[in-house]
Formats: sequence, C-alpha cells, structure tokens
Amino acid sequence: MSQTFIFLEHSNGKLKSGSKELLSCANNANSEIHALALGSGARNAAEEAGTFGAKVIFVNEGSEYSKYNSELFVETLASAIEQSGSKIILASSSSATRDAFPRVAAKFNAGFASDCTELNLNGDTVTARKPLYSGKCSAQVNFKNCDIKIVLMRPNQIPINDPSSGTPEVKDLQTPSIEAKVTTTEVKASDSTRPDLTEAGIVVSGGRGLQNADNFQLLSEMADTIGATVGASRAVVDAGWVPHSMQVGQTGKTVAPTLYIAAGISGAIQHLAGMSSSRVVVAINKDPEAPIFKKATYGIVGDALEILPKLTEEFKKLLA
Amino acid sequence: MNVYVCIKQVPDTESKIKLSGNGIDTSGIKWVMNPYDEFAVEEALLFKKDNPSAVVTVLCVGPKSRTVDSLRTALAMGVDNAISVDAPENLDSLQTAHALSEAIKKTGDAHIVFTGKVAIDDNQSAVSQQLANFLEIPHATVISKTAYTADSIAVDREVEGGSKEILNVKLPAVIAATKGLNNPRYASLPGIMKAKKKPITELTTTELGINTDPYVEFTDFQLPPERPSVKMIEGEVDTQVAELAKLLREEAKVL
Repeated sequence: MSQTFIFLEHSNGKLKSGSKELLSCANNANSEIHALALGSGARNAAEEAGTFGAKVIFVNEGSEYSKYNSELFVETLASAIEQSGSKIILASSSSATRDAFPRVAAKFNAGFASDCTELNLNGDTVTARKPLYSGKCSAQVNFKNCDIKIVLMRPNQIPINDPSSGTPEVKDLQTPSIEAKVTTTEVKASDSTRPDLTEAGIVVSGGRGLQNADNFQLLSEMADTIGATVGASRAVVDAGWVPHSMQVGQTGKTVAPTLYIAAGISGAIQHLAGMSSSRVVVAINKDPEAPIFKKATYGIVGDALEILPKLTEEFKKLLA
Repeated sequence: MNVYVCIKQVPDTESKIKLSGNGIDTSGIKWVMNPYDEFAVEEALLFKKDNPSAVVTVLCVGPKSRTVDSLRTALAMGVDNAISVDAPENLDSLQTAHALSEAIKKTGDAHIVFTGKVAIDDNQSAVSQQLANFLEIPHATVISKTAYTADSIAVDREVEGGSKEILNVKLPAVIAATKGLNNPRYASLPGIMKAKKKPITELTTTELGINTDPYVEFTDFQLPPERPSVKMIEGEVDTQVAELAKLLREEAKVL
C-alpha cells in the first residue's frame, strides 16, 4: 500500500482547509496517511485529521512551535518524515512551508515542486500541475530519478471530503536539537483582520485610476462590506501609495478568488498573469480599450471614483 | 570578505508566453534579470558601500547565451566579479542550488549570499534555501529590511496577511530579498560601457561535478483556458451599479 505524509497546518487545533484538501486527496487515492501537527492544539488537529483518514500522526505541542523558526521546522519535519518512512510528502503552500520544505528536499536529496494547482496520487507515483510564468501557462510536474517527492499545493484547489469516524494512532515527536543560528525575536502582526490576498474569496484591487493613495479608502469600505481583501496594481505600489504586500501580479501575489474587482486598473500583462484564474472578474475603467476588459466577466466603462462608492451602497442594500 | 549574489535569467515580465513543442516558444523572448534578484544585487552593493573590503561576486546558472545579459546588467550596476555556470535549461531547483554552492566553494568562503525570494518563471522559491543547505549555513527568505553587525543580521521577513517576523541570523547566511528592501539602481551609461569590458569567469556544471538529470520535469504545457467575452454594462451610473450587483448575486452567484 502506498503511503503519504502530510504536514498539517491548523489554528488553535482547527485544521486549515488546505490541510483537509490534502487529506481528502490522499484518502481518495487509498494511500495510508501519516501526518505531523505542531504547536498548541496539535492534538486536536490530529484528531480532526483522523476523521479525514489519517492513520499515524506525529504530534508535538511544545511552545517552541508557536513562532516559525526555519531551523527548528526543517529539523522537525525531517525527523518526522524519517520516522514515517513515507516517500510522498505533501503540504499546503504558506509562508512557513515555502520557507522550510525546499531545505527539507535538499536534506533528503528529494524532488520538490511548489505552488501546484492539481495533484494526482496513484500508488507510489505522484504528478501535479503547476502554473508557470505566473499563470501565463502551466505544465505537468513529473518526478524522476528521486526516491522522495515533495509537493506544495496552492490552497483552494481540491474538494474536501465529508469527515467520518476514524481514530488515528498519535505518536509523540521529540523536539530536535538545533544550532539556533536563526532566532525569531518578534512577530509583528498586521493590524488588518482581512484574509491574506492568496487565500481571499473576494479581492477588490485598485490602480492608477484611483488617482491617489487616499482614494484606496473607497476600496477598504467596499472590502468591509463584502468581506474582501484589498489588492493593488504594480503602478500604485511603485508610486508608494500602498505596500508591496498588496500587489497582485507577476512580481506580487498570484490570486484566484471567486470574485475579483479591478477598479482603475488597465491590465498590464504582468497584472493579468496574477489574477486571470479568478472565477468572476469585474473591470471598472475609463478606457473602453483597456486590456483588463479582455479578462473580465462584467465590465463598466467609467470613473472608478464615481462608481466605487455607489457600488458599495448597492452591495450594502443587497446584503442587508 | 566575499559577498555573493545569485541571479536568474527570466523572460521579461512583458513577454507573451507561446507554446512550442514540449515547452515555451523562446524565439521572441528577451531574457532579463529576475526582478527580485535586482534587490539582491542592490543590497550587496549597499553592503559593500559600508564595508569597503567586501568583494561582490554575481553568479548565474543556465545556458550561457541567456545568462550573459543578466550578468552584464549586474556588472553595470557595480558588482566586482561575475561567474557564469553554463548548464542545460531544464536543470531543476536542487541541481541549480548544488551548482551555485560548488561555484561558491571554489571561489572562496561566503560572508553573505544574497538572492531574490522567488524567480518569476517557475515560481518555486526553492534555490535560496537549498543553496543554504549545501553551504551548511542558515537562510532567511522574503526579507524586506536588514541591519548588519559583524557576525549577524537582523532582518524583517514578510509573512501572510502583511505580518512580519523579526529574525536574527548568524553569518554567514543566505538572505533572499523581496520588494521593499531597497531601490535598485539603474546602471549608468559609463557603468554599462565598463561592464562590457569586464571579464566573466566561465564554469560548467560538468567541471563542478553536478548531476544534471533533473528530479523534476515539466511536460504537457498548456495555455490558460480562454475566457468567454465580457458582458459590458451600459447606462447611467446608478443603473450600471444596480445591474452589476444584481448580476453578481443572481447570475454569477458570488455574493
């Protein structure tokens, strides 16, 4: 029987949906699932993973895992993977996994692919699909010449199974010793309570058509109304109106929400690359020839500054 | 004191990607320095300004014909030396990292290695961490701020949702830059002229002893599916917004 190792991410013991996606995929492929959960609440996360088919779960609830530390996570992952003996290793893409897993791959001399959008498990074979050039095209990922294969999946790509009963075997994992060449001195939480751009279900983005930084307030008001996250074009990030963490596009974030609203964004090719896999796109732009309309589901030719507040009012009425 | 910058050549972000055979059509493509690597080059030059004994060497792995322009750009910005590691185009992250590490070991012990946080072609964000593993030194990725002491760096690492982790990293280390770290300089005309005459040291994956059979191979390239054509909403602004809200709720069912 094939065996798959999944790194579980959770918040206070509740599994993140990306982890449930991976558990569902491995369970549907009849692979024996081994997993790892770390930090406060890991035991609860492990139990929940059991209801999605996980059989063996390594757990360490130590407070040292409350903050991400690259050395500690790399060594802990390596130790759990070694004990599990799995050859297929999966995790959902996040700041932590993107930082740690490539190094884990190097330690094991393993094949590594990140940011994948499709995953196929078949016995000991794994293939994936991965967008390239920020989604201007995609390709199938095949592993060759390597014993261990590591895949990081973009969240929101795989249907999640209904949970059923299942009691996993929970194994305590020792905290490995590390050289402590990296110390995490502080975590400065953002004051935003909105979801991260890459995970958001709705994104409202602004560009030069908003004319100045203050007018981004119009997008914040709309975002608060419909539960969206605010994004921006490269032009306004370069102009210093908003931080780079808000940039959507080839040199910013790649987003795939169900609804993307582009206000005052003309749609440079590098912006389109970062948002064109959004399900529904609304474009609002003064220029009827703007390239953004070619990627849009619905378009309005007009001044974003006039349309945005009125549209927010409409949304309020609709959701009241 | 050796400071290294590892860069990658990528298609210009304005490039249209067309498919050809089992891969992309590279005929019309302009190869430029990966945008995040520009922050790495600038950071090395800023470090050298404060530490004049630093020698900044830029490295690039890939087919020689594609890497030379990026290396010349780095030379024109002001780096001291350039190394080209000629390699097949389908090298994967691990082998690229291995090649970089061997080239660095051959050249001299690193004080700091700067990289970009991700290459915008395959979007793996793997080489920096893997290179650090081969060099047996720590890494820190997605770095937007640095403060140096003699044997460590304090860095800001950007994570989800606009939050930041503040790290202290012992040197030597690999530091992967993101946008916001600095403002990369433009190469001056005299810099460009001078860069044309600077020598580029040429190495190959063969002489570095790198296994070039990739672990990860891309096949079945596809363009994204075409979108159906846009539905334009006409009329007065009040009518337009009311119609749009209705379509989003009733037709698209996304609200």
